[in-house]
Amino acid sequence: MYGFLWLIPALPLVGFVILGLFGRRFSRFIVALVGVGLVGVSALLSILTAFQFMSSPPQQSSVTQSLWTWVNSGGFRPSVAFRLDALSLVFVVVVTFVGFVIHLYSSEFMAEGEGYSRFFATMNLFVSSMLILVLADNLFLFYLGWEGVGLCSYLLIGFWYKDAANGRAAQKAFIVTRVGDTALAVGLFLLFSHLGTLNFQDLMHQAVTRWPVGSSLAVASAALLLGGAVGKSAQLPLQTWLPDAMAGPTPVSALIHAATMVTAGVYLVARTHVLFELAPSVQLAVAAIGALTLLISGFSALVQVDIKRVLAYSTMSQVGYMFLALGIGAWSAAVFHFLTHAFFKALLFLGAGVVIIALREEHNMFKMGGLRKQLPLVFWTFVIGSASLSALPLVTAGFYSKEWILRSAWTGPKGNFWLLSAGLVGAFLTVIYTFRMVFITFFGEGSRLIERRPGTRLKVALIVLAIFSIVVGFLQTPRSLGNIPIFANFLRSALPSSDVPPRGGADEFMLEVFSSAIVLLGLYVAYILFLKKPRLRESITQTKLGQTGVQFLFSGWGFDWIYDRLLIRPLAWLARINREDFLDLPYLGIAEISRALNTGLGRTQSGRLRWYAAIVVIGAIITLTVVVFL
Amino acid sequence: MTSIPLESGLIIAGILFAVGLIGVLARRNFLFILMSIEIMLNAAGLAFVVAGARWGRADGQVMFIFILAMAAVEVSVGLALILRFVHHFKTLDSDQGNTMKG
Repeated sequence: MYGFLWLIPALPLVGFVILGLFGRRFSRFIVALVGVGLVGVSALLSILTAFQFMSSPPQQSSVTQSLWTWVNSGGFRPSVAFRLDALSLVFVVVVTFVGFVIHLYSSEFMAEGEGYSRFFATMNLFVSSMLILVLADNLFLFYLGWEGVGLCSYLLIGFWYKDAANGRAAQKAFIVTRVGDTALAVGLFLLFSHLGTLNFQDLMHQAVTRWPVGSSLAVASAALLLGGAVGKSAQLPLQTWLPDAMAGPTPVSALIHAATMVTAGVYLVARTHVLFELAPSVQLAVAAIGALTLLISGFSALVQVDIKRVLAYSTMSQVGYMFLALGIGAWSAAVFHFLTHAFFKALLFLGAGVVIIALREEHNMFKMGGLRKQLPLVFWTFVIGSASLSALPLVTAGFYSKEWILRSAWTGPKGNFWLLSAGLVGAFLTVIYTFRMVFITFFGEGSRLIERRPGTRLKVALIVLAIFSIVVGFLQTPRSLGNIPIFANFLRSALPSSDVPPRGGADEFMLEVFSSAIVLLGLYVAYILFLKKPRLRESITQTKLGQTGVQFLFSGWGFDWIYDRLLIRPLAWLARINREDFLDLPYLGIAEISRALNTGLGRTQSGRLRWYAAIVVIGAIITLTVVVFL
Repeated sequence: MTSIPLESGLIIAGILFAVGLIGVLARRNFLFILMSIEIMLNAAGLAFVVAGARWGRADGQVMFIFILAMAAVEVSVGLALILRFVHHFKTLDSDQGNTMKG
């Protein structure tokens, strides 16, 4: 069964090749069949693999399938090999399964408009790159997937390329993540030059034996890897690309946010966790970055008008939670939050997509309103997703994963008061902005005409994701609430256990009660502000201070403005004054001299016989003079 | 019979050569250019003969016969070219044939 491991990333790649080469000649039905079907087979294979992995765990809890040696040069010998362990298995299953549901959804969602086969070809490549990334056995192959993901995000964000703004958003995503990619590449060079290998297993083994905790090399390489992770996962300070990435079609946003791309950074840190444990200062930075990002983007999400931008900021915030968990050594908690987040965030994006096309490309929430009765199914699934996102106690998956992170931040060895309070404030913000979105979009008065009702495939996708947004939470529940540690036990073979000795059941239970109270309080605040008494909200935002604050948060804390002043304008200015690059002068001079010689010699070719004869005479005289006198 | 001194022979040859050269450079009529070239060839031949007489050897006269033969060939080829030229341009002016200038 494990022999088919390579098929999981290969099938979507085959889909990309087929659709990329012949997609234009196929009918839409065939395109959807190839594009959705191959990802579906891949999802089926990964689920079967997961069952086998769980029923009869392989030796050393991992399987390596080596296909061929990619490069063999000196000591540098990365192979194209896939390695399956508990960590990559979780990612593979989520990527293929959520990816498949999103593909199914897109086959109906994108049915109108052009570029159907281009869309599916790129989506397939996206899934394939992400699978290569999570299955890679060494950092070199990992980097291939990493770059493939970046390329596909560029292609898909700029999918509707005829609008220049979309092209700019795509370029922004590509360039900003490139900053992180460069750091990652330098980190790879550093690791290879000092440890002589890029294989994950060997790398971690070598790092532990050669580098003491806190050594400068370990810190440097962990910091560089973190730079890459920050870029891809849209964390502070490279987070500015994510809100603009909403320019792409909605299924693309769902895929980027739920299954691929932004979680790649989380995977990278979890995969190289040994390195981060050797560099405690960098690990603390991971936690700090996560905490700051989840607060900053939580505040920004409060004032957004575009429904997709609310979701974009909420993704940054939730990935911030994952980073927070990674930073305090709660590796399994981070992966568990990734798992639950993948389902409810995909659900929310797909629901938002249905709303947007139902109202003919309307993104502004304040122009929606009252959709509860017109789109009941979308409403209920959206509420389930929102409840899960805002961690409504007991029934939702988001509750259990977020609770795990908060608990680790409190009782874990590396947790502290600040991280815990950041997490709690973030939870409060999350529920407010999430239910602000629900109340404004689905409640209240609205008289918009529904232009396109969701068909079967859209509905199926929503229902499937809604079910998973609830049930996956029960894979892991705290001691005080049932004590089911399935997920933690499953990951134990790949990641060090983050389950800390209990500080006392009562304390844990207190934290759960406290965080639940915060969530319910947030729900109540959202209800008051956005449904019951909108006047109250207006009286706050209408003041001068309120307006400035809203404007500030709306622009994402002015990061774009700062980068524009600090980086883009000086660079553009430098490019402008150096338009005729001074380094080119020598080469331009050579070209100029040869052109002058050409004109000069061209003059001598006058076509006059006597002139030629005179030149022959002069030449003869010169030659004779030279011969006789020298 | 008194022998002509080498110097005067060479000077005459040089003058003849210069006259021919000036003719080639200054004249525009093809026939005159051809004749000037003949003059230059004869100047060279005269120099050979004078030099051969100075050392009392036959080499100079042999060379002159060669030059004569070559001159005959040159003239025939040159005349053929001029005929084609006249046929094409309807003139003997060499400067009119500059249509191929680079």
